[in-house]
Amino acid sequence: MSKNTPHDSAKKHVTGEAIFIDDMVEPNGTLHAYLGLSEIAHGEIEKLDLSKVKAADGVVCILSAKDIIGENDISPMHLHDEPVFTEKLVEFYGQVIFAVVAKTRQAAKKAALLAKIKYKKLPVKVDIATALEEGAEQVAKPLHLKRGDVVTALKNSKNQLDGSMQIGGQEHFYLEGQIAFAIPSEDDEITIHSSTQHPSEVQQMVANVLDVPINAINVKVRRVGGAFGGKETQSNLFAIVAALAAKKTGRAVKLRPDREDDMKITGKRHDFLLDYEVGFDNEGRIKAMEANFAARCGFSADLSGPITDRTLFHADNCYYYPAASLTSQPLKTNTVSNTAFRGFGGPQGMLASERIIEEIAYSLGKDPLEIRKINFYGIDEKNTTPYHQVIKDNIIARLVDELEASSSYQNRRKQIINFNKSNKYTRKGIALTPVKFGISFTATWYNQAGALVHVYRDGSIMINHGGIEMGQGLHTKIAQIVASGFGVDLSEVKITATSTDKVPNTSATAASSGADLNGMAALDAVSKIKQRLIAFIIEKFNCKAEQIIFANGKVKIGKEKLNFAQLIEMAYLARVQLSDTGFYKTPNIHWDREKGKGNPFFYFSYGAAVSEVSIDMLTGQSKVSQVDILHDVGNSLNEALDIGQIEGGFVQGMGWLTSEEVAWNEEGKLSTFSPSTYKIPLASDVPEIFNVKLANWSKNPANTIKRSKAVGEPPLMLAISILEAISMAVASVADYKICPQLNTPATPENILMTIERLKNEIQN
Amino acid sequence: MKIRKKISFLLNDKILELDNFSPSLTLLDFLRLEKNLNGTKEGCNEGDCGACTVLVGRLVDGKLIYESVNACIRFIGSLDGTHIVSIEHLKSATGELHPIQLAIVKYHASQCGFCTPGIILSLYGLLMSKPKANKDDIEKALQGNLCRCTGYASIIRAVEAIVNDGGLENDLLINEKKTITKKLQKMQIVGRVEISNKAGEFIIPKDVDDLALLLEKKPNATLLAGSTDIGLWVNKDFKNISPVIYIASLDGLKEVKQGKNNLIIGAANNYSQSQKIIKKHFPQLADFLFNIGGNQIRNMGTFGGNIANGSPIADLAPPLFALGASLNLRKGKSTRKILLEDFYIAYGKQDLQQGEFIQNIEIPYLKDNEKYAIYKISKRKYEDISTVCASFKLTINNDKITKATLAYGGMAAKPSRAKKAEQQLLGQPFEEQIIEKAALALPNDFVPIDDVRATAQYRLLIAQNLLRKFYLEQAGLEQAGLGQKS
Repeated sequence: MSKNTPHDSAKKHVTGEAIFIDDMVEPNGTLHAYLGLSEIAHGEIEKLDLSKVKAADGVVCILSAKDIIGENDISPMHLHDEPVFTEKLVEFYGQVIFAVVAKTRQAAKKAALLAKIKYKKLPVKVDIATALEEGAEQVAKPLHLKRGDVVTALKNSKNQLDGSMQIGGQEHFYLEGQIAFAIPSEDDEITIHSSTQHPSEVQQMVANVLDVPINAINVKVRRVGGAFGGKETQSNLFAIVAALAAKKTGRAVKLRPDREDDMKITGKRHDFLLDYEVGFDNEGRIKAMEANFAARCGFSADLSGPITDRTLFHADNCYYYPAASLTSQPLKTNTVSNTAFRGFGGPQGMLASERIIEEIAYSLGKDPLEIRKINFYGIDEKNTTPYHQVIKDNIIARLVDELEASSSYQNRRKQIINFNKSNKYTRKGIALTPVKFGISFTATWYNQAGALVHVYRDGSIMINHGGIEMGQGLHTKIAQIVASGFGVDLSEVKITATSTDKVPNTSATAASSGADLNGMAALDAVSKIKQRLIAFIIEKFNCKAEQIIFANGKVKIGKEKLNFAQLIEMAYLARVQLSDTGFYKTPNIHWDREKGKGNPFFYFSYGAAVSEVSIDMLTGQSKVSQVDILHDVGNSLNEALDIGQIEGGFVQGMGWLTSEEVAWNEEGKLSTFSPSTYKIPLASDVPEIFNVKLANWSKNPANTIKRSKAVGEPPLMLAISILEAISMAVASVADYKICPQLNTPATPENILMTIERLKNEIQN
Repeated sequence: MKIRKKISFLLNDKILELDNFSPSLTLLDFLRLEKNLNGTKEGCNEGDCGACTVLVGRLVDGKLIYESVNACIRFIGSLDGTHIVSIEHLKSATGELHPIQLAIVKYHASQCGFCTPGIILSLYGLLMSKPKANKDDIEKALQGNLCRCTGYASIIRAVEAIVNDGGLENDLLINEKKTITKKLQKMQIVGRVEISNKAGEFIIPKDVDDLALLLEKKPNATLLAGSTDIGLWVNKDFKNISPVIYIASLDGLKEVKQGKNNLIIGAANNYSQSQKIIKKHFPQLADFLFNIGGNQIRNMGTFGGNIANGSPIADLAPPLFALGASLNLRKGKSTRKILLEDFYIAYGKQDLQQGEFIQNIEIPYLKDNEKYAIYKISKRKYEDISTVCASFKLTINNDKITKATLAYGGMAAKPSRAKKAEQQLLGQPFEEQIIEKAALALPNDFVPIDDVRATAQYRLLIAQNLLRKFYLEQAGLEQAGLGQKS
């Protein structure tokens, strides 16, 4: 397989010919829906007067809770805690109360603002602190991971430290906003084009709200303009409203919220309040780790349960805790329901482990890297996680050693310490942080996938699978797998839109699993067709299986050579079945949440990054001068695409930890709801020197597709090195004797105020 | 007077004439909804993400230049006499990709592809004006284009490869330049443009005198120049802006005079053009302009617009306060001159009468005995709104500070001078402890607010630290911090 094949849509991206949902040709009479939102964060609707909305120019109809035919519920866990339209109780600022359908989008947008709603306001819980004070109501069942006797281990440790940390949230800011386009047909049938990571869930939810069988609904997705977890459950609402409107009017209906409304209506990465206590010996070896992860989940559960679970699964990162007690606290707040975001809670857990490493290092006067290394999981011992899975593929020590050498970490660190001695107003920092990320959905049943392969009489091939193309190049990888399976050129393989009527009951394209699951399913389908072709050749040419080779668009049969297309035509005439489905389920995984024990992950992906930053001591501004990454993708399916994921994930992680700040005001209104107030990284924020290498010696010991490893999420967490490097620069103020306990995001304000705090601490 | 009832422009390779359109019809809606040119995307509808970037070619002193702009906040009426280039224009008739498109494919610089057309047009604009663009130029050209997938590194590699290969040779727009120039010249018809339809009126005056006349007749008209703010009134607040008088194409508002003591710059010059004009006399200010918006905004927003808009965080106010700039205002046939700092009366209130407009800005040159600097602090370094913007000018005579202007934006309801802090400096030597006194006096000048961008405490500290930074830099004591990148 070529390691450098471009994205299958690259040529269409650059010409503007790639069709996103809003670019599709609209059927005659297409209508446009828009949503009417609450303007309080908590309260009851006393009077809903939509007469002016109804009377506005171009308005066709209005939809509210009473128009719902089936269940008024879009909880992905089916908990009945998240209505499509709320009828009485408003639980966050921006909650959807009604929809208006009009002849143009502009008319619908304008009309939606004309609602007159009278509320009875109720007390508002916006932040974690308030939620904790006011009874700490939870949206999902908390998880407790426990190994060993942490109380005794803490007591017996030579040193103990405790602290807390605020970890900020993150807005997805996919460039293509949420959108759905519903086209009704005969009987109950509706086809929905949805910008979603999870078409099967959209299908199921729409069926449930419309009270029709799932088979009436077909959801199609050709491509998604960025998702990052923000379209795993969050696209359901838009698809449902478009479908309801299509059902009611009998016309095609499109729904696309404005960027600002998109940001208000959809959930974000969870922010956390972390409390920790760690016990360690004089060399810095961790003996016990206790931590509580309180998360702002918003008004409903959404995926907060599994997300906060994953936080705990990654609170060890690469480090062995002889005794650990980790607890999640998924708190209910009057804010939008937070949701999946690249890493799915894992990044926040990892920050906890890196924070305690820092605490130990600064208290012992050592380089944090030294503390990291002596706490790495072992190979044959010290290899059990707090959830009792034994790690069998640990390569972190080798990875870190190689990166430490190739990046001249030690030398540069010495130079930086010297630089900081002689510079008052600019300080530098450097940090090397590791990543270990568990691959598999922790909801075990999600670890399945299907595919459908057709070979046509001219030898051209069509592949369809359950995964979504959202920029990551999944379709390219799958097409490469199929092409290499049949030994034909990639151009012979056509990828078509993901469609619930082709491959049913799919899982979300999430948890970095897209290529792992769908690649195996596609290979399964290819293998079935190939086996039939081989059987046909053996019979027809009277040869042995070993004599048959599919390569370079030809089929070699002993000394004879056939074009692939010739073979296919022959097989067709001989009535060989040239189409098949494929299926895959990940083996050897299980998880008992009640006991907190199991083997939730099929394998782990590893990586490490060194970041060097400088900070302006007068303004708190930071700048990244160099980043070196060594990342493990096993045997890469496509190096160019994998490097794209690593670079993009890193920069997204950097944004999360530096300039991206999600904020609500006291009334619970999101104050960062547009790109003018919410700042994702720009080209000019990218590290001046940015070296990304793959650990090309790594092969996945687990039997994955071509022994590759997942790459979607893990690189995001490499950006923790940026935070740690900033932290070192700040720590220079107090001669590296005080752990700065920097919260995230490390905005200029946060950095400068932390510097001031440290200055005061030395003086006192 | 000749009155034209239509506008004409080139859209890719076609000449179009429009005589019936809403004054608030945006270029983006025109392209997507009326022309089915769907390669131009809507990402934010407020000029901040660049997904809708197109190139607009226009004649400047008879020469054709192309600038990247945000189609989402550009009104169609403002395109009279220009060449609009959307992504659909780049692929050749025989289906060959443009070199920039090829490079983006080759270097894997598109992932989801939604931002890609806008990014390509921004890069096209860059490479036409700077064939040897370096990394810094590329980054600046992309400051108005958000990409959430790639982390930009691959995009930068793609452009560097084009530059290393010798830039754009035999390129489409470069080859077409002569014929396009001719076509645009034919469209430059002298006279007033008046369009009216049921949604309202869009007027382009014949010249500045005509503008003065029109504004007397229609004192409530919306004066439209770069539309970087008015675009949002329409898209976000559904404001009715009719009647619109479009002024950014008036030569009389773009005149530049290099006088003996001052530079006079017409109000309708955009930031990018102004950068070239002021570079010689005010290099600090020219560099500072890179801190305003993304490149598309710098190609649209005007000097006069930034001032007239009256925002407390208008980025030009502090540096122009400090320079002692004045405005020449015109109403009917009369003109008056007003010191810029007197122009801002209170939050949202400026000394601008009905029917009056800013004709130009007069900026006194810096003298050898004047120390001058500008700083802007924001959450993200570029394409962000100021948390605090500061500009200082000190005049030193016989080792004493004889004149001091400490101007701040983001610290009060309007851009303001720190007069109490200035008092600490007057008559004193330019020394650290004197600057420190002024810094400590700043809380007497300002009681800043907490908002989404920063806390009051941080604002005040930054305001003080910027003064300290100014001293350190001017005294040449230490490379003070990261400084402004220029």
